[in-house]
Amino acid sequence: MKLSFTAADEQFREEVADWLNDNLQGEFAKVRYRGGPGDEHHFVDERKAWERKLAEGRWTCIGWPEEWGGRAASIEQQVIFHEEYARAGGPGRMGHIGDTLTGPTLLAFGSEAQKAKYLPPIRNGEAFWSQGYSEPGAGSDLAAIRTRAVFDEATGQWQITGQKVWTSLAHESDYVFVLARIDRESKRHHGLGFFLVALDQPGVTIRPITQLTGTAEFNEVYFDDAVCSADDIVGAPGDGWKVAMGLLGFERGVSTLGQQMLFQTELDEIVRIAKGNGASRDPDIRQRIAEAHIGLRTMRYNSMRMLSGGEDGSLSREAMIYKLYWSSWHRNLGKLAMDVLGPEAELVEEGPYELNKLQSLFLFTRADTIYGGTNQIQRNLIAERALGMPKEPRGSAK
Amino acid sequence: MKFAFTDEQRMLRDTSQAFLAAESSSAAVRTASTSEQTYDPELWQKICEDMYWQGILVPESCDGLGLGWVELAIVLEAAGERLLTAPLFAVAQSTVALKLCPQTDIRDALLSAIVGGDVISLAMSDQRSGWSSCGVTANDRSNTTLLSGTARFVPFGAAASKFLVVAADASGSQSVWVIDAAQEGVVTEHTPTMDQTRAMATVSLENVAVSVDQLLADDAASLVDKTLALSRILVVADQVGVAQASLDISVDYTKERSQFDRTIASFQAIKHKAADMMLKAESARSLLYYAACIADAWFAGEADDAALEEAACMASACASEAAFFNAGSGIQMHGGVGITEEYDIQLYFKRARATESFLGRPAEMREALACQLLDGGAS
Ligand SMILES: Cc1cc2nc3c(=O)[nH]c(=O)nc-3n(C[C@H](O)[C@H](O)[C@H](O)COP(=O)(O)OP(=O)(O)OC[C@H]3O[C@@H](n4cnc5c(N)ncnc54)[C@H](O)[C@@H]3O)c2cc1C
Repeated sequence: MKLSFTAADEQFREEVADWLNDNLQGEFAKVRYRGGPGDEHHFVDERKAWERKLAEGRWTCIGWPEEWGGRAASIEQQVIFHEEYARAGGPGRMGHIGDTLTGPTLLAFGSEAQKAKYLPPIRNGEAFWSQGYSEPGAGSDLAAIRTRAVFDEATGQWQITGQKVWTSLAHESDYVFVLARIDRESKRHHGLGFFLVALDQPGVTIRPITQLTGTAEFNEVYFDDAVCSADDIVGAPGDGWKVAMGLLGFERGVSTLGQQMLFQTELDEIVRIAKGNGASRDPDIRQRIAEAHIGLRTMRYNSMRMLSGGEDGSLSREAMIYKLYWSSWHRNLGKLAMDVLGPEAELVEEGPYELNKLQSLFLFTRADTIYGGTNQIQRNLIAERALGMPKEPRGSAK
Repeated sequence: MKFAFTDEQRMLRDTSQAFLAAESSSAAVRTASTSEQTYDPELWQKICEDMYWQGILVPESCDGLGLGWVELAIVLEAAGERLLTAPLFAVAQSTVALKLCPQTDIRDALLSAIVGGDVISLAMSDQRSGWSSCGVTANDRSNTTLLSGTARFVPFGAAASKFLVVAADASGSQSVWVIDAAQEGVVTEHTPTMDQTRAMATVSLENVAVSVDQLLADDAASLVDKTLALSRILVVADQVGVAQASLDISVDYTKERSQFDRTIASFQAIKHKAADMMLKAESARSLLYYAACIADAWFAGEADDAALEEAACMASACASEAAFFNAGSGIQMHGGVGITEEYDIQLYFKRARATESFLGRPAEMREALACQLLDGGAS
C-alpha cells in the first residue's frame, strides 16, 4: 500500500502544470474555472477553441492509444492530468463526452472505418458529442426506450424516429450517439442498435429545456426520419445494449480526482466565507464544515482504492459506491453554502435572474443525485451486484 | 501510487480471518467475555505463539516482526469482525506508547516482554475532562517518586501484569512510568461494562514508590497526544471490522427470512439500508488505510503532526459512525430476533457503542478538525 506517486509521475505532473499555466493565458484567461455543470452556457466558443489548443499540445484524449493520437497514459498519469487541470482552473471540457465515452466505445466495439472517421476529429478538438439515451418514457428504466431505427434498403441508410430528452449540450454538439430499437417486436434490452448520428440534418430538431437555474444545458432532441449511414451502427444490429453498457463501464473514474479538486475549490470558498462572516463560530456550521472535509477526503481515498484495484475491469466495491457518495456529498455542500451565507444567500448577482456561483451550486447539485443513475438506482445496484440481494420485481402496469 | 494491499498483506488478511473464524466463534466470544478472566488466556497464548500479532509493530531488534500500520490494521479489522475478546488492542496501544518513549534498555525489555505474551496496559486518563485528562500525580521524595491517583478505562487492566502510567507533577509536566500490577499500593478493579468483549479496569495508585529505572519518558505531553491519535487509529480498525460484520450478518439474515411470500432481502427499504451500510463500511475502510499509511509515514518522518492528527480524527469520526449505524441498522433488519441475546448483532451493537465514545466521540473529532480548518490550526 502506497499513497505517493513515482518520480516519473511527478515529472509528468510538472509538465502538465507548466503547459496549462503557459496556455491558460491571453484569449484563454477568461475561461479559467468556467463551464462545467451549472455553467455550461458560458464561453462556449472560447471553450471549443480551447479544445483545439489542448489538442495542439497533445492534451486531449490522453488515455487513447498513440495510434489514434493519444498518449496511452497510465491511470496514474490520467489522474495527475485531471488533478492539474482542475488545479489550474481549466474550463469544463466541451470535448469530454467524445474523449471519455465515444472514443473508448469505438476503440472497443467500433469498426476500423468508424475509428478512422470519428476518432481524429474528437482527438483534434473539432467534433463535439452528446449522449442520447434517456427518453420521456425511459429514464431510470433505460431498457424501455422506444426510439426506432429502420434500415432503408433503397438508400442504404438507417432512418431514426423518436424522441430523446435531457440530452446535455446537444445544442452545442455535432453528433449524438443514440440507442434505438431496430426490431419493432423486441422487448427491453433485446433488438437494440447503437447509432452515431450527425445533429446538423433536417431530420433532427433540438429544443433546449430551461432548468431551475434559468439556464438551459440539456435538450429535447426529436428524430423524424433522421439518417445515418449503414456504417454508423456500432457493433452488430441487436447488440446495442451491450455497447451501451460497455460505454458506461469506460468511465473508470480517472476523472474523479479532478472532479474532487473542483469540489475542494468550492469547499475552500465556503470556508473563506464562513471565516469572513462569522459563521465559522456557529457550532453547527463547524461540525458540518468538518464533515464536508472528511467526506471529500473519504472520496479521495475511495477513488484511490478504486483506481488501484480492478485491473481486470471488474467493478470493485469501492467503485460501486462512488456515484452515490459524491452526489450525496455535493448536494449537502450546496446546502451548506446557503446556510453559511444565511439571508445573503437569497440575493442574486444581477437581475432578473443571474445567479452567483454558490446559488448555481445549490440549485444544480439537486441534479447530481438524479443524472447518471439516481441515488435510488445506485442503491439498487449496490444491493443487487455487491451484496447479492434479489433483483427488483417488475411491474405489470400499462 | 498503489492504494491496495500487497500480496503479503492480502495473505495476512486471509489467514487472520480464517484463524479467527475458527478460534473466535460466536460461542467462544460468549464464553470468553463472560468468564472471570474476561478473556480466554489459551486463545491469547495461541495468538502470541502461532500468529505473532502482538509483535507486529515491535522492531525486530526487540524480537518483534517489525511490520507496519497497514498490517496491524488488517489484523485489528479482522479482530473487530469476529468480536475478538483478547487484550490485542491493549498491547498494541502500549506498544505505540513505548515506541514513542526514548530508546532505553528498560523500554526495549518491555517491548520484548510484549512479544513474549505479557499483557501490558496503558493507564493514561481519568476521563474527568476528556481523554488527555491525567488523574495520577507524581510527587518527588528524596530518592523516589510517589505516584498517586486513578486511571480509568484501562483496557484489559485486570489481565495486565504491568501498567504504563502517565502521571503529572505539581507543575503539570507529564511523565510515563512502568509499574508492576502487583506493586505495593496498586489496586486494579475490573469494571464490568455493557460491551463485555472489551474488558476495562480502574487502576488506583496510592503512594506507589517508583525509582528512576521505572521512568520511561519525561516531558510527555506530546507523547500522550500522539499516543491518543495513534490509538484512535487502532480503534478505527476494530470499528471497520464491526461495520463490515454487521452488514454481512444482517444481509445474510435477510436472505433467509421470508415475509409476504418473499425474502425480506427483496424489499427495497431493506436493500437501500444495506447499500447505505456498505457505503459507510467501505468509506471507513478507505480512511482507516489512509490513516495507517499516514501513521507509517509519520514514524518515518515523512508526515507532520497535523497530518497525523487530521487522519486520526477523520477516520475516527467516520468509523465510529459507520460501526454504530451498521450495527443499529442491523438490529432493525433482524426484527425481533435482533433484540435477543441469542443473535450476534447485539454484540456488535454493544461493541460499536463502546468504541464510539472510547478515546473521543465523532463530534469531538469534527470539532478538532474544525479548529484546524477554521481557526488556523489551534486546537
Ligand atoms: C442535469 C441532467 C443531465 C442529463 N444528461 C443526460 C444526457 O446527456 N443524456 C441522457 O441520455 N440522459 C441525461 N440525463 C437523464 C438522466 O439520466 C435521467 O434523468 C435519470 O436516469 C433519471 O430518469 P428520469 O428523469 O426519467 O426519472 P425517473 O426514472 O422517472 O425517476 C423518478 C424517481 O423515481 C425513482 N425511481 C425510478 N425507478 C426506481 C426504482 N427501480 N427503485 C426506486 N426508485 C426508483 C428515481 O430514483 C427518482 O427518484 C440527464 C439528467 C439530468 C438531470
